[in-house]
Amino acid sequence: MNLQIALLLGQDGIVNGAIYALLALALVLVFAVTRVIYIPQGEFVSYGALTLAAFQTGRTPGTLWFLLAAGAVVAAIDIVIAVRAGALGRIGRIVLWNLALPAIVAGLVFWLESDKLPLAIQVVLTLAIVVPLGPMVYRLAFQPVAEASVLVLLIVSVAVHTAMVGLGLLFFGAEGSRTPPFSEAQFQLGGLVVNGQTLWVLGASAVLIVALYVFFERTLYGKALRATAINRVGARLMGISSTMAGKLSFTLAAGIGAFSGILIAPITTIYYDTGFLIGLKGFVAGIIGGLASYPLAAAGAILVGLLESFSSFWASAFKEVIVFTLIIPVLLWRSLTSHHVEEEE
Amino acid sequence: MRQRLPLLVFLALLVLGPAILPEFYITLLNYIGLYAIVTLGLVLLTGVGGLMSFGQAAFVGLGAYTTAYLSTAHAVSPWLALLVGLAITAVVALFLGFLTLRLSGHYLPLGTIAWGISLYFLFGNLDFLGGHTGLTSIPVLGLFGYELNTGREFYYLIWAVLLAAVLATQSLLDSREGRAIRALKGGSLMAESMGVNTARSKTVIFLIAALFACVSGWLYAHLQRFVNPTPFGLHIGIEYLFMAVVGGVVHVWGAIVGAGVITVLKQWLQDLLPRLLGQSGNFEAIVFGILMIFVLQRMRDGIWPLLLRLVPVKAARRREIAQAEPLPQRQLPAIGTLLLEVKGASKHFGGLIANNNMDLTVKAGEVMALIGPNGAGKSTMFNCISGVDPVTSGEVRFLGERVDHLRSREIARRGMGRTFQHVRLLPTMSVLENVALGAHLRGSKGVLAASLHLERAEEARLLAEARRQLERVGLGDCLFDEAGSLPLGQQRVLEIARALCVDPCLLLLDEPAAGLRYMEKQALADLLRKLRGEGMGILLVEHDMDFVMGLADRVVVMEFGEKISEGLPEEVQRDPVVLEAYLGGVE
Repeated sequence: MNLQIALLLGQDGIVNGAIYALLALALVLVFAVTRVIYIPQGEFVSYGALTLAAFQTGRTPGTLWFLLAAGAVVAAIDIVIAVRAGALGRIGRIVLWNLALPAIVAGLVFWLESDKLPLAIQVVLTLAIVVPLGPMVYRLAFQPVAEASVLVLLIVSVAVHTAMVGLGLLFFGAEGSRTPPFSEAQFQLGGLVVNGQTLWVLGASAVLIVALYVFFERTLYGKALRATAINRVGARLMGISSTMAGKLSFTLAAGIGAFSGILIAPITTIYYDTGFLIGLKGFVAGIIGGLASYPLAAAGAILVGLLESFSSFWASAFKEVIVFTLIIPVLLWRSLTSHHVEEEE
Repeated sequence: MRQRLPLLVFLALLVLGPAILPEFYITLLNYIGLYAIVTLGLVLLTGVGGLMSFGQAAFVGLGAYTTAYLSTAHAVSPWLALLVGLAITAVVALFLGFLTLRLSGHYLPLGTIAWGISLYFLFGNLDFLGGHTGLTSIPVLGLFGYELNTGREFYYLIWAVLLAAVLATQSLLDSREGRAIRALKGGSLMAESMGVNTARSKTVIFLIAALFACVSGWLYAHLQRFVNPTPFGLHIGIEYLFMAVVGGVVHVWGAIVGAGVITVLKQWLQDLLPRLLGQSGNFEAIVFGILMIFVLQRMRDGIWPLLLRLVPVKAARRREIAQAEPLPQRQLPAIGTLLLEVKGASKHFGGLIANNNMDLTVKAGEVMALIGPNGAGKSTMFNCISGVDPVTSGEVRFLGERVDHLRSREIARRGMGRTFQHVRLLPTMSVLENVALGAHLRGSKGVLAASLHLERAEEARLLAEARRQLERVGLGDCLFDEAGSLPLGQQRVLEIARALCVDPCLLLLDEPAAGLRYMEKQALADLLRKLRGEGMGILLVEHDMDFVMGLADRVVVMEFGEKISEGLPEEVQRDPVVLEAYLGGVE
């Protein structure tokens, strides 16, 4: 290995690490607010990337049908509940978010010729399809068991993952896709060639992280989420609905997941099940942060990215093995430093 | 006999199966049996112990690949290879358990996901294991000179192993070690206070689950006679979990039901869905995922309880407790001996000072009452003394030995029994078993003896002791009721019986009379007087002043985490500081 290759691998590692960092933030957020270990996060990465890829080849992405169907089911359930509770005033909002909005998105997709649109519009359409799936998944799978143990929530989470991977195969087929980069530009930086896409990924990750920071520190909803993360019951007593907090955190996670997919799709070929592994690497990063600390998780993510790119150079067949065994020393350290009996409710 | 009828019918059908069923169904039953062995481990781990692993498929792979490699490359006997496989599995499981089991509950599943993925890629990339194509021509398994060539012959071996595993698991759960395991889900803190090493119990069930998986893999390799990495991947690990949940995750027989349902359903869906959808792929995953979400939302106990309702057999609740020789008892210290000495104990929770510089003594043969308004820090003091939540600074001495750095189970072993202010018992376990948990440290037989039910003599003595203590506190009539069905006051009394089962010389009672009626309080006071007469030291937190003042030899009054008064009951009652604390002062 010479310096040239090392720099190249380093660049690769940091780019992937930035994506893992975004995912790790989303995972820590979802876990803190809802206690859900959010395994399906990776599916949103795949859905984001492959929906965009479908637009670019002029196909109608299957996720659109999923959005319409999921919206219809959520609306049906919520309307029945609202009618039974005599709260007819709620129906307008239910219809707007779950039926009208998906219908508008579908209308736009059919009306516009998606493959002729500029990339930016395609990205917006992709997000408009994939992001609303987040709160819908929360409503259908998690909200009815929101008070269950971490263990039950985890099994639900795995079940959602399993179903969404199967649906991904149905929507997009077994072939992988790659999307064109946001920018074809290349820069010479000393001996290093920096791709435009690299800068896009790093820039977008930085902007998103800052935006999240501002959201949590400065906005009422951000503070509500933080309050829920610290003390669910206390937050509820202060009028913060845990359902709202759950849906909001799932929306954010879906947004981060889908956007990560869009960012990474020009760099690596995405298959219907690629997101899972990418999401798990986010988890490795999250575990490094103890599923609690955002900065440690982000640092862990960069470490995972670098480890991955360097091990793909030295021992590419064992890349995944090396990345996933990284959690052993982390767990060892945590295990040796913590010693109290935990009561799992 | 009627109770056993369904089991006998099931066994008869199993034995007759190969004689009447066509090949296809034998193969299906073989796979169901293999999967059920793995799922059984998950029932023990997840349903009973409240832990979760996605790595079971990887353990199956470990068993399969060990025998595949050793028996093809080195011509090692499959039976020897089984032992090697079990040994490797044990080492891996102990290591993973060591890493994750002392952390909070979600680290084990995440750790096993990483382990499952790593092993899968390792299988696929190691040349000596055949890479992604795997290993072929694995030798036929020989058993007592017979060669198990066909699925029909293998069938009996698989189902014999499965039934043995089911029975061993059932026996284990119905034992001293089993009670400790069943306490893991929702009762760890209490179990530790009764002397159970919960980390060890967790490790034990993770190990058992891994070994079951390994045996299943070994059988699989010799049935199939070739192995490749596919059936040992993470998604199969997840499928095992689905089997456990669908079947009924807290029931050992649920493992067989779950394995059966998922296997048949998968077979059927794999035919149906690709035709329906017009493309090929693992679309059954979609159905399984949605099915799981439905099961967890609507019928979290799975299918097994539904099946039980169809069978006209009532579960045998009431059973005989054999007369058994009483357990040996601790020699109580002479009356007046200093049992407990707390000196300068402080407890901080972040910025909150719950206890500040507390001093307290309890002697053998006296009732010391700790009273004070709500929030004074009495229960925190209890937790400090019993090691549930150790002091921040200061000393706690028990029988002359410093115990403030010890875990609660080590303190229990030295002869301290306690109850909890907020009742901590296992609501679905019987009253008797809940109390027997208190006698955990008075038995010594291990997991293996329990699985084979070789510890019945000791078990009988433990249960007899539990019954004796229950009769002593007046709960002799509800030994076999579910503990959660008792009224709250009686649940508190149950906790006293459990604490007595520890065979303590010092008893810590946190509001034992709350929720009791007048006569019951009288009976409780009589019991405590009798225990005091026998030389036991009792530290009592209680709000019922009549109860306290009629019983206590000495009283310590706390307010805002500090001791404000100490003395004889009548002195304390006249102390103006105490009156001010309780009544807001006399102007």
